[in-house]
Amino acid sequence: MVIGLSHYLTVAAILFTLGTLGIFLNRKNVIVILMSVELILLAVNINLVSFSAFLGNLTGQIFALLVLTVAAAEAAIGLAILVVFYRNRGSIAVEDINAMKG
Amino acid sequence: MTQLLPPIGAVLPELVLAISAIVLILIGAVRGEGSANLVTGLAIAVLAAVGVLVLLQPAVEVTAFNGSLVVDAYSRFMKLLAVLGAVVSLIMAVDWQAREKQAKFEYAVLVVIATLGMCMLISAGDLIALYLGLELMSLSLYVVAAINRDSIRSTEAGLKYFVLGALSSGMLLYGASFIYGFTGSVNFLQIAAVAKEPSFGLIFGIVFLLAGLCFKVSAVPFHMWTPDVYEGAPTPVTAFFASAPKVAAMAIFVRVVIEAFPHVTHQWQQIVAFVSLASMVLGAFAAIGQRNIKRLLAYSSIGHMGFALVGLAAGTPEGVRGVLLYMSIYVVMTLGTFACVLTMRRKGQAVETIEDLSGLARRNPVMALALGALMFSLAGIPPLAGFLAKYYVFVAAIQAGLYGLAVVGVLASVVGAFYYLRVVKIMYFDEPVDDFDPMPTELKAVLAVSGLFTIFYFVYPAPLIEAAGAAARSLF
Repeated sequence: MVIGLSHYLTVAAILFTLGTLGIFLNRKNVIVILMSVELILLAVNINLVSFSAFLGNLTGQIFALLVLTVAAAEAAIGLAILVVFYRNRGSIAVEDINAMKG
Repeated sequence: MTQLLPPIGAVLPELVLAISAIVLILIGAVRGEGSANLVTGLAIAVLAAVGVLVLLQPAVEVTAFNGSLVVDAYSRFMKLLAVLGAVVSLIMAVDWQAREKQAKFEYAVLVVIATLGMCMLISAGDLIALYLGLELMSLSLYVVAAINRDSIRSTEAGLKYFVLGALSSGMLLYGASFIYGFTGSVNFLQIAAVAKEPSFGLIFGIVFLLAGLCFKVSAVPFHMWTPDVYEGAPTPVTAFFASAPKVAAMAIFVRVVIEAFPHVTHQWQQIVAFVSLASMVLGAFAAIGQRNIKRLLAYSSIGHMGFALVGLAAGTPEGVRGVLLYMSIYVVMTLGTFACVLTMRRKGQAVETIEDLSGLARRNPVMALALGALMFSLAGIPPLAGFLAKYYVFVAAIQAGLYGLAVVGVLASVVGAFYYLRVVKIMYFDEPVDDFDPMPTELKAVLAVSGLFTIFYFVYPAPLIEAAGAAARSLF
């Protein structure tokens, strides 16, 4: 079997769906949400790199490197906000994020 | 070989912002906690200087970094508006920080960095610059929402904003990857040259890209974060959120669909029309039950984004002109309203419910008059500025044949008038409660300018309309 572009795109689509479901279905822990966000960004990177390889165009790989860099910054900021939240609330369970309705 | 390095004048505002952000961090780090006022003052001066630099840029279209950044009349107009929002909300934060003993130099630095992100976003000419600008803006905004780190509400606002914001940038990127894959390019103009007819992959990409952008402008169905973040974040931060980032996000929203997808207009038009319709209706109905003035303004801003998107749904130069005009007037009205919200303090304690405005007309008639005018203008009652803003987007929608959207828009603004007028009724006809603390001079100035602008804009509307028209034409 030849592994073609559609196989890569399918893997990325599955990862993306898993990440999105992880954010919406998760009722336990905010850390799991951060992991789901990383999963989404990795799905995007698989997409970008496979498109880049099949198009013979480097732009997608440059884009993927920049996405990796930004993902690192995003994780750092997310964890920092989580730490200050934990100091105030004493919990990082998703159901405890309820000081405001909505 | 194309020219890689741009003429320095084209990116001068961004360069100044980037360098001064670094210098301001250093000043803050060297001088320690006591440097908040100095750094805030310098940041205000830098932002004002950047506004002047943007104004002084020659009126020609320049592209830099191989088309990644575009400086045209459109980007100058929107940058000026975003910088105005940032500088005014920073000025309004000074007194609040002193009273709440929340003086932190980081706030001013983060606002400068967020403004840099907004300028990049507004100028973005390809998907990579779009993503980097958007993230630079959003990452600063997540931190700014949680700036009051000892308050559970502020940190919760930051956390909610972060989680939903990260999800939305993921969706935006997923869409961007499909657009890249199906057109072979990330540059807006090259995408437009290839995307002559709708293919499944391209439409898929556009849907995800627009979903990410809808989140940033807080349009329905991606508005869930707005009320909570507006309520939880410190009030000067909310004033900032409601003005500058909305302008920047709306600017890139318009630029992407107009520049990159001019041949698939019918496809994105449906999405934009739906989002705009849903935002107007939800903004009108959900605000009715709100008691907290910041939550009320959050729903109001959702509705206003819906009205602005009506102009974009038209997809014509007149429609884009309507969007630009709407955003300008919206920023001025919002900043004035938040100057009033920031004044709502009793005995050093901030109060946030609408009932706290009871009988304001007898306690402080000038403020009640200005806030009343702003409320009438937000509701879109002629001849105030808010009416003209709505008039131009609806006329563009009717010219483009979107009669249903225009009719729903007018009906939604009638429903929305109910809660704006209720604020006026509470101020003028309810029994007075205790006085507010005296209003600081800078808030008086902001409120006065904003109130006078909304009341007297109809006398001489031509310059702003012409500038918006020129900016809109530069996109087509």
